[in-house]
Amino acid sequence: MESSLTKKKEKIGVFVCHCGRNIAATVDAKRVVEEILKHTAVVHAEDYDYVCSDPGQELIETAIKEKRLTGVVVAACSPSLHETTFRETVKRANLNIYKCEIANIREQDSWVHEDKEKATEKAIKLTKSAVEKVIRNEALSPVKVGLYKKALVIGGGIAGIRAALDIADAGFPVVLVEKKPTIGGRMAQLAETFPTLDCASCILTPLMSAVAHHPNIKLLTLSEIMDVEGYVGNFHVRIKKHPRYVEPDKCNLCNECVDICPVAVPSEFDEGLSLRKAIYIPFPQAVPSSYLIDIDACLGTSPLICGKCAEPEVCGPEAVNFDDQEEIIEEDVGVIIVATGYELYNPTNLGEYGADVYPDIITSLQFERLLSPSGPTEGIPKRPSDEKIPKKIAFIHCAGSRDERHQPYCSHICCTYSAKHALIFKELVPDAEIHSFYIDIRAVGKNYEDFIRRVQEETGIHYTRGKVSRIYEQNGKVKIFGVDTLLDKRIELEVDMAVLALAMVPSPAIQDLASKMRIQIDGNNFLQELHPKLHPVESATSGIFLAGAAQSPKDIQDTVAQASASASKALGILTQEKISHIPTVATVDEDHCSGCNLCISICPYGAIKLVDEIAHVEEVLCEGCGACVSTCPSGAIDLRNHTDEQVGVMLKALAGEI
Amino acid sequence: MEDEIEPRIIAFLCQWCGYQGADMAGTSRLKYPPSIVSIQVPCSGRIKMAHVLEALTKSEGVLIAGCHVPNDCHYVSGNFKCLKRVTLLKKLLEQMGVDPARVRLEWISATEGKKFARVVRGFTHELEELGPLNLDHTNPNDSNGLLGVNEK
Repeated sequence: MESSLTKKKEKIGVFVCHCGRNIAATVDAKRVVEEILKHTAVVHAEDYDYVCSDPGQELIETAIKEKRLTGVVVAACSPSLHETTFRETVKRANLNIYKCEIANIREQDSWVHEDKEKATEKAIKLTKSAVEKVIRNEALSPVKVGLYKKALVIGGGIAGIRAALDIADAGFPVVLVEKKPTIGGRMAQLAETFPTLDCASCILTPLMSAVAHHPNIKLLTLSEIMDVEGYVGNFHVRIKKHPRYVEPDKCNLCNECVDICPVAVPSEFDEGLSLRKAIYIPFPQAVPSSYLIDIDACLGTSPLICGKCAEPEVCGPEAVNFDDQEEIIEEDVGVIIVATGYELYNPTNLGEYGADVYPDIITSLQFERLLSPSGPTEGIPKRPSDEKIPKKIAFIHCAGSRDERHQPYCSHICCTYSAKHALIFKELVPDAEIHSFYIDIRAVGKNYEDFIRRVQEETGIHYTRGKVSRIYEQNGKVKIFGVDTLLDKRIELEVDMAVLALAMVPSPAIQDLASKMRIQIDGNNFLQELHPKLHPVESATSGIFLAGAAQSPKDIQDTVAQASASASKALGILTQEKISHIPTVATVDEDHCSGCNLCISICPYGAIKLVDEIAHVEEVLCEGCGACVSTCPSGAIDLRNHTDEQVGVMLKALAGEI
Repeated sequence: MEDEIEPRIIAFLCQWCGYQGADMAGTSRLKYPPSIVSIQVPCSGRIKMAHVLEALTKSEGVLIAGCHVPNDCHYVSGNFKCLKRVTLLKKLLEQMGVDPARVRLEWISATEGKKFARVVRGFTHELEELGPLNLDHTNPNDSNGLLGVNEK
């Protein structure tokens, strides 16, 4: 039988706590001491009223010094409560914190049992098993590594902007990467924001400007992440920057290039409701404040074909540069915040709603542009088909949300923004008749319920609980068919325009990005947080944080809160001189590793790689879960201070065989 | 072995959920039989089925408590890894002639003290019905030399 004798010279001290009567009423502490002293490795054991008190801790320190203890077991309350306390105690007596173990004889013994005899027997077993474990614990120190004190923020919407500003304001450099030609994201497209009806631009554009002028922020637009290597504190990122063909520093926004450009294509910013030129600025307040050329739409540089915008009499400052090249930018950063935002569910997937067929069945973002004073109709809501102001309008909630055939989840914001749309519309068209089809009204957020009530009172909106089955446009009228599930009645309604509150979906590029960064995606393709309550903004990869609608559908308030939370978590790392990492990680016995790769595929952190056909654990990446240990068919991997040997001998102790 | 003896249970409790749930049972002073002893593991995905078998040689039943599927695991998917292994182990136990009900996998969160106590009481009762298990590969009566004994 394996016993403590296998390790020589271990001298263990055991301290049994009475916890007043909490333990002593059910567990005979004196007997535990008596029994544990029979163990060959135990050279000291005593019981005390409150081991966690100052005099109690003093007992431990004194015993360590006088008896030259190599390990300590405290039989007391749960390690969740005082493990840290007792680790600090042994540290003061120059013992490694990992040479202290707790036997939980309160929460999992005295408090849950009544039979004193049996509870005492159990306490002896639990204490013995802790003794066996501590004998075999290695003295460990946290793994320390240096770090790059710089952050990468991916996505320049309100989430990325907020996170970048928070980190930059705290004095750390930030690289902000945005795929589109400007930052601002979805929020820049909005007319007004619920529930306060603040104009979106009035809140957002000052922040965009702050990003543009912040000395700590390096802004890369038209840029994408190519790959990410490394680990927390030490990420190496390659970024592809697409050519803009206009030099922002030279461009003075005179607009002459736009005037002369002969090409017109649908504007992305106006959701296709207006046209823009091949050389354009997405919207006047764009950051960087500069034109760019959509090279796919541009006729070309040859003077025979076009190239008019580059002529010196058009572009005086010679900002147009057709020789602009793609650039690969490399950055070393310590932390990454992913804030890639959302898109609307593609309405062509909802054929029965006809959004891609009929001009007056539009998406909620298109309606948002129609309501915006800077939109294609200068804030006067006009039907796309005949530019008439609609008098009767219907909002269709849950278009693609809460629908097993499309997206099963609630998109969180549609109820409230549809109410907002109704309110703004009613202000612009006071004699309007407004209908709204919903499954449930989910106005979840501070003051949102009040907002819905206000909208009901001020607009006279007709809420119909029910699902719309079919929408089409005929003879200039939009026809809606469905069921009123409260009255159990079929509905037929004729309106001038219908607005679909389409589901929020994460950016399609997120899958590729997530796999590049080894972060997880949930069942609906949103980014997966490490834990919904304990680690709501952390990804499973240490040092990578999540913010905004990329993580789940959310409104601007929650997005900003999450962005600041991510930034503060990121700052928690950036303000360290060295990063500490738990030392209780997996280790590989190189002689036994067959290089089979199984551990590599099972590790959720990408912490194991093959080096010369042998598994190698990158300690900084390993979180110590032990999944590889139980997977390795050769038994070549073990977990520090939770080894197979320790489990085996603890089982023996628990069974009373030691 | 006499039938009145409380069936011994060895529990593997994940440090984030199962162990915390057991602590919660304690904090709530919920009572359950003292014949259960436990080992804290970092994650249910750490548990080797060899250790479960080893524990079965020293008990009437093994309880594993991990974080709820699908999303509660602190190490992304250790609970699923454990679930797969236990499913396989149960098949193996059946082939060995051991009732697979002797290994019980439960998802118990840190707040589910009541569930922990209920599971231990229920499992104890179930193991009482099943009776003692003498799974010992060193047992000379175990002629086939494997862990198997036919319970029926």
